[in-house]
Amino acid sequence: MSARRLAGALAIVLIVAALIVAPLSLKPYGIYILTLWAVTTIAAIGLNLTLGYAGQVSLAQGAFVGIGAYVAALLTTKGWPLGAAYPIAGVSCFGIGWLLGYPALRVQHHYLAFVTLAFSTLVYLIFRNEEWITGGIYGISNVPRPSLFGYSLGKPRDFYYFCLANLALVSLAAWWLIRSPWGRAFVALRENPLRALSLGVDTRRYTLMAFALGAGLGGISGVLYAPLVQYIDPTPFALLLSLNLLLMVVVGGSGYFFGPFVGAVVAVLLPEWLQGVDNAYWLFGPLAETARSVLPPALLKSVAKHYLVAYAIFVMVLLVFSPGGIIGFFARRFAAAQRAAPQAAATEVKAVP
Amino acid sequence: MSDFLQLLIAGLATGGIYALVAIGFTLLWQTSQTINFAQGEFVMLPAFFMLTAMSAFGVPFWGAVVIGIVVSALVLGVLFKRLLVDPMLRHGVLPLAIATMALALFLKESVKDFYSAEAQPFPPLAAATNISIFGATVALQSVIVVAIAVAAVVALQLFLNRTRTGRQMQATAQNPNVARILGIPVERMILIAFVINAVLAALASALVTPIYLAKFSNGEYLGMAAFIAAIVGGFNQVRGAIVGGLLLGVVDNFAAAYLSAQYRAAIPLVLLILVIVFRPQGLVGRVEERTV
Repeated sequence: MSARRLAGALAIVLIVAALIVAPLSLKPYGIYILTLWAVTTIAAIGLNLTLGYAGQVSLAQGAFVGIGAYVAALLTTKGWPLGAAYPIAGVSCFGIGWLLGYPALRVQHHYLAFVTLAFSTLVYLIFRNEEWITGGIYGISNVPRPSLFGYSLGKPRDFYYFCLANLALVSLAAWWLIRSPWGRAFVALRENPLRALSLGVDTRRYTLMAFALGAGLGGISGVLYAPLVQYIDPTPFALLLSLNLLLMVVVGGSGYFFGPFVGAVVAVLLPEWLQGVDNAYWLFGPLAETARSVLPPALLKSVAKHYLVAYAIFVMVLLVFSPGGIIGFFARRFAAAQRAAPQAAATEVKAVP
Repeated sequence: MSDFLQLLIAGLATGGIYALVAIGFTLLWQTSQTINFAQGEFVMLPAFFMLTAMSAFGVPFWGAVVIGIVVSALVLGVLFKRLLVDPMLRHGVLPLAIATMALALFLKESVKDFYSAEAQPFPPLAAATNISIFGATVALQSVIVVAIAVAAVVALQLFLNRTRTGRQMQATAQNPNVARILGIPVERMILIAFVINAVLAALASALVTPIYLAKFSNGEYLGMAAFIAAIVGGFNQVRGAIVGGLLLGVVDNFAAAYLSAQYRAAIPLVLLILVIVFRPQGLVGRVEERTV
């Protein structure tokens, strides 16, 4: 068990190290995509609280990202520091989440899916129609990059490290939350709401809390998204983003801490990686030629071209075989191996006369 | 007054289409607890089947409609049930709902990538003539839409109440376990519900596409309208879906005429939230005891 923990810790250290060194060898576009991955992961971590830990489907995470992004864009273009956008976006998304979840969760939990679906559309309409504040379809341009202690984060690499630090903080906070009594209550009510209720867990309040916290993290993600792209218009925050975020969490493995990270890799990094197929084969090292014959470049190119189609098929197949997503798939394999190992040892002992 | 009547009939025509889509949606829920988030795409797609039948095989319009309905029954009914719903059902309601969201994305993006991203013209059901009813000028098309929707609903009700299979389906919806004990082939009843859903969606597609044109993104709004109609009317009643659909269509048309056109799409959403807050079981629905 402790060996397993050590291996896990080592893997995390290696991945973090890789994330820190990666931009040194990447072109600005590569750094941009990696930054987008970090920002998207924050929103997905929030949604994982809602979906994975509280078992509620939210189709509004993209709208919360949008609210955060507009708050950040509006404030920073008027000369406010980005630091002011965090509490405003976070608190307003949390509050809206609370108000939205309150009536829906009173009924049945799939109602939240429909209410958030409606909310998503409503928010999109507001972004598009309220020109006096959001700039309508023309959006808000020239969103400045922030500066930290007088040090400008305008360069792609600096801003990437800033977002990575944000992701690290959010991850730690989520880690702490999941291990706190609150997080355990979230899991309890996902696993068995009736039992949680009978044990004195105020299920509705905890479910609401999980949803509102998830919404708040969506807002934080938006606060980083605005200075990343530096131009905000309603299009990226349409329903597709909410749907994408939801599928991302499911693909990675909802209810697993690292699920959102993996899901965002599949949804954000993989399509870009497939675009540059020819430099993708070196990853396979000595097996590059075999990889090329099994997965011909033409196939990968067409997958990259029709990425959303391929992605949707992948999600459906994955869900059929492993509702726990990619991490759930490996976790199950691992558990099966663990169960098998002591049994094998036991039979061996018996075999010796 | 004649303006009012005109809007009312146009609203009933839109509402009739919403009702067809919402009925299928509630049927799937009742018989197998499937929440189909691809319902809108199920209405978007058949129009493309029909267009393909016309352009690639030169089939005349009404023939293409029939072909579209049959292909939809097979693909969106039987294949959907067998390939996605059957393997997903054992994982529970939520994973299945999410799988249908992935299906929605798949259908939408496939049409966009492999057919066209542009809106395609779709032949009208009738010549663009107007007729006069009590002094109100009404498009012939609206009248035909209302007539077909009513005919479909009546046929469905007769099927559900007057035939043996229909009553077996109702039994399945009310209590699958008892239905099974009584010797009803529950699995086949569920399959029939899926086929009916696909047929209704294809019919709605033929009725709505002349108005909206055939476009890959049509499902977003239509799906939402179906969900709202189902919830507003009552999730667990065919009757509820009809009431919800008609109400939504009428409200939609009046909102477009008398309120801001920009926020036309917001009115149904407000209606949805009001119903969820004040009458969560829907206008004509009964309180559902089944926990999910």
